Amino acid sequence: MEIKVLGPGCAKCSKTEKLVQEVIKETGVDARVEKVSDMMQIASYGVFGTPSVIVDGEVKCTGKVPKKNDIKKWLLK
Amino acid sequence: MELKTTQPIQGEEKTKKMMALSFLMAAIGVYLWWTIYRVLPDLSKWITYKLLPIQGGSHLGSSVEFFFYDTPKVMMLLFLVVFGVGIIRSFFTPEKTRAFLSGKSEFAGNIFAALLGILTPFCSCSAVPLFIGFVTAGVPLGVTFSFLIAAPMVNEIALGLLYGLLGWKVAAIYLGTGLFIAISAGWVIGRLKLENHIEDWVTQANATNLTLEEEKLTWNDRIIYGWDAVKEIIGRVWIYVILGIAVGAGIHGFVPEGVMASIMGKGSWWSVPLSVVIGIPMYSNAAGVIPVVEALLGKGAALGSVLAFMMSVIALSLPEMVILRKVLKPKLIAIFVGVVASGILFVGYLFNMIL
Repeated sequence: MEIKVLGPGCAKCSKTEKLVQEVIKETGVDARVEKVSDMMQIASYGVFGTPSVIVDGEVKCTGKVPKKNDIKKWLLK
Repeated sequence: MELKTTQPIQGEEKTKKMMALSFLMAAIGVYLWWTIYRVLPDLSKWITYKLLPIQGGSHLGSSVEFFFYDTPKVMMLLFLVVFGVGIIRSFFTPEKTRAFLSGKSEFAGNIFAALLGILTPFCSCSAVPLFIGFVTAGVPLGVTFSFLIAAPMVNEIALGLLYGLLGWKVAAIYLGTGLFIAISAGWVIGRLKLENHIEDWVTQANATNLTLEEEKLTWNDRIIYGWDAVKEIIGRVWIYVILGIAVGAGIHGFVPEGVMASIMGKGSWWSVPLSVVIGIPMYSNAAGVIPVVEALLGKGAALGSVLAFMMSVIALSLPEMVILRKVLKPKLIAIFVGVVASGILFVGYLFNMIL
């Protein structure tokens, strides 16, 4: 599973990345997390709120720190 | 791993109960809030002169009393305003705002963009993706700027602090003039036809029109949303509020009356531009700057100069320009700063003249 956390590096973005990492650890899902901070790349996903979370190419949430339960749902689908 | 599922009927009853509970908690909260708020003046006097060995009428006493009165008062007001605005914001998303703005004509578009800039949840660190998202979706450049100017300048923290420290009239003036600058500066930028001063990669950016399914929020969710906003925003700004009030308290107690009149007073024509120029490189949020500004007003600074200073600190900041440089060519950034600064100057002179 490919997970991308999009964000230029604000506090909310690092928090999102941390949460995703935590969920992966807790659930033991086989997933790779990549932090994308390049503006051009972020824009190419068509999102305009950061942080955004992308799971296997699909935009799951934009513009807010997701709840841990939501992240679990995305990963365990 | 199993996710929690509840039967639909049970779930519905549960939400109803949750909602009743939330409203009850909110009602109790408001009552407690009001009770504490009312005793603050006495409490601050008691702490200063009874609890601490400070003599009445001294410089130190007036500083300390100011600090112990203003800090809890401002924090409580911020709490209320941030919570309220958080609930209102749960009705807006950048996606909906973009969809609404993309069909609008220029002048009306500027007005709506400035208003939505206040109401749409938006963090300044995502200014660039938002800019790209707006422009590629056909929101006119000037309208996009109205949004980007209003969003940081007119914010709930500034309004809450101004109301708490300077009263509702100043808060209303700030709201009105902030909107005026966002609308007119955006409109001017739109008229100047500067679309070719956006960096080329932006217009070539792959503008996938993303449609996320919209979340259905219950009132319970909105209350939680407001509460999250309180935790997030107050958690971030409380230290600036306290520092700002501490500096303000120092000015209040120790700087002689009228000393600011010569620097930021009405009499000197250069006080407004000077305030703007000093304000640009200063990067502080509303939380830190407004308590200081209040103290300056008390020492004879004119309201126009002070408004100009405050707006320049909040709306024009070097870090934001560095971020925007990624999407805007230098000339457009310069024009952006120039137009907004002119708007601020106008507001500053206007208020120095009429008040």
